[in-house]
Amino acid sequence: MDKALIPEGVKRCPLPVFGLWMLFLLAVIAWGIYAGLTVLIKGLNVTGLNNYFGFGLYITVDLGIIALGAGAFFSGFMYYGLSRFFPRLKELHKIINLAVIVGFCCYTGALLVLLLEIGQPLRGWFGYWHANVHSMLTEVIFCISCYAIVLIIEFVPIILENRKLDAVKPLHIFGHNLHEIMAIFAMTGTFLSFFHQGSLGGVPGVMFGRPFAYRTGFFIWPWTFFLFTLSAMACGPAFTALICRIIEKVSRKTLVDRSVYELIAKVTGSLLLIYLILKTLDTLYWALDTAPGFGFKLSDFYEAPYGMWLLFTELGVCGVLPVILLLTPQTRNSNGLLFLGFFLNCAGIVINRFVMTVQALAIPVMPFDQWAVYIPTWAEWAPCIAMLAYGAVIVSLSYRYLPIFPREKELNP
Amino acid sequence: MSGSAHSEHAESKVRYGMVIDLDKCTGCGACSVACQQENNVSFRPDESDKLRTLSWMTLYRLENGADYPDYRVAMLPRPCMHCDSPHHSPCTFVCPVNATIRDEHTGIVDHVAVRCIGCRYCMVACPYHARSFNWWDPTWPKSMEAMLTPEVSPRMRGVVEKCTFCHHRLNLARDRARLNGEDPDTVVYTPACAEACPTRAITFGNLKDPNSEVAKLAKDARAFRILEKLHTEPKVYYLSSAQWIRRQSDNNL
Ligand code: SF4
Ligand code: SF4
Repeated sequence: MDKALIPEGVKRCPLPVFGLWMLFLLAVIAWGIYAGLTVLIKGLNVTGLNNYFGFGLYITVDLGIIALGAGAFFSGFMYYGLSRFFPRLKELHKIINLAVIVGFCCYTGALLVLLLEIGQPLRGWFGYWHANVHSMLTEVIFCISCYAIVLIIEFVPIILENRKLDAVKPLHIFGHNLHEIMAIFAMTGTFLSFFHQGSLGGVPGVMFGRPFAYRTGFFIWPWTFFLFTLSAMACGPAFTALICRIIEKVSRKTLVDRSVYELIAKVTGSLLLIYLILKTLDTLYWALDTAPGFGFKLSDFYEAPYGMWLLFTELGVCGVLPVILLLTPQTRNSNGLLFLGFFLNCAGIVINRFVMTVQALAIPVMPFDQWAVYIPTWAEWAPCIAMLAYGAVIVSLSYRYLPIFPREKELNP
Repeated sequence: MSGSAHSEHAESKVRYGMVIDLDKCTGCGACSVACQQENNVSFRPDESDKLRTLSWMTLYRLENGADYPDYRVAMLPRPCMHCDSPHHSPCTFVCPVNATIRDEHTGIVDHVAVRCIGCRYCMVACPYHARSFNWWDPTWPKSMEAMLTPEVSPRMRGVVEKCTFCHHRLNLARDRARLNGEDPDTVVYTPACAEACPTRAITFGNLKDPNSEVAKLAKDARAFRILEKLHTEPKVYYLSSAQWIRRQSDNNL
């Protein structure tokens, strides 16, 4: 039965090995579900959150994973939209299926974690019912839910390409037709993503009572709105490339041409460079104008354990360095350096999300208040790790049973 | 974010506000206890974890940092500031479900516990830490349950709560005014903290009524607000003649 499901002409590991891997992942997920139920039953007091750290690991992971999942919308935008004008981007069709699947995992996973994050999960739907149009979070709630639906629609035709499913005529026709109109969904997804990535940036940026996070900006949007969108575009495809490389390493196969990685390196490297320039300008303006206007010196914001090293790591080690690695032809030619570049790129964006949520809250705004430190508990780690395992389950199943890499057969004769 | 405090509220006759005289405050905590009792704020057998405590009126300890004999200490009671910044308070415009809103007729920042989804965005946005989250189900010792205030609903686990300027007392005062044929929109009332303060350090009233005690005190030479530079426009004013206290009201003053 298992053999009949595997795409024609490709080799997969023996079923028992795959079964063991699945068992391991399911055990991790079970641990996460146990933690999640504990949170739901006992309340958020089992987490490390407190009145100072209303946002913690859950929000950081959500923001991080949604940025990394941006490969789905941005690759779709490049492939379905921009490739008309830049034919070289057509190359992306070799990896677009994986980008959609990774995006699907990231978004649905983030929604699951988000459910734990709110104190009254049963009232989650109030976000739609009592929506406050002024709140950045409202925009996030609407766009993320709509985009998750778009991702499901984008994932369905990939699932229908499974050998057995494709043999069923009505499903074949349905899947084929969905494929035909996928550009519409890809463009809808692009539109939605642009806004919610931005609103996620707006969440810290609009807090005018929090000088570390607050940013002036353009019209109703703080600069962080645009910086978050741009940084997500810069790291999303890099994350897809990293996942692809991991599958290649584990399966010991070549799945996409190296030219695809080259292309992604050039695109994400350039975007990261633009982001870095703008982020540096934003940081300077904030440090020299916004923050002093509120009575703060830069050094007020950086204390142990959230010291200056975080800023240096985010912008230097995980910013300037990956730009150099991804944009210099020599370093791009070395696999090790290329993927190190992708990794640092992703890590930098996750650090940025951490800084804007957790570090922003550690800083006392009232002069007589205390600096605080936040340490997540197992009840926060477990669901986050389980979410990664959930992603691994979806990606593993998809790789085994769906023809997601169109070039696999030719590259592995 | 800049602009004068009440630039967008010209239509309303009332802006309830509070003045706390730090030179009179002895730090006895009566305001805090009265607030807790009046508003059915629950507590735990062990309250040592102050970062998880429920508190609407928190007492901060200010020190001048000098050595003995010049060492000085003062207490600063901090309710919700009922921020009056134009357009929105820091906490109100971030709430995705309109669970916290400013009543533009009174200037009171309200919180609807049964609508709150507990996302804690408002808590994160408030620079005064005026909001606390209900980390546990609220409980009281059996003997205290009969003493709960009937006008104030207890809040459930998973929602945020904060000082309401004893909004229920305002409603009672309004009802009384209606019965007496007076204008309910201009009533004056006293929140529990102001009533309980033994040194009369807390004055409460309509900041827009130039004859009110609170409006006069708010213009006193000793008056200041916390974090003026942020332009949150608090409706809670403090009084002190001590420079070292005033310096701690804002960063790098
Ligand atoms: S003090 Fe905090 S909770 Fe009160 S109105 Fe201002 S921002 Fe909102
Ligand atoms: S915690 Fe409640 S009141 Fe605060 S922003 Fe969230 S839903 Fe609104």
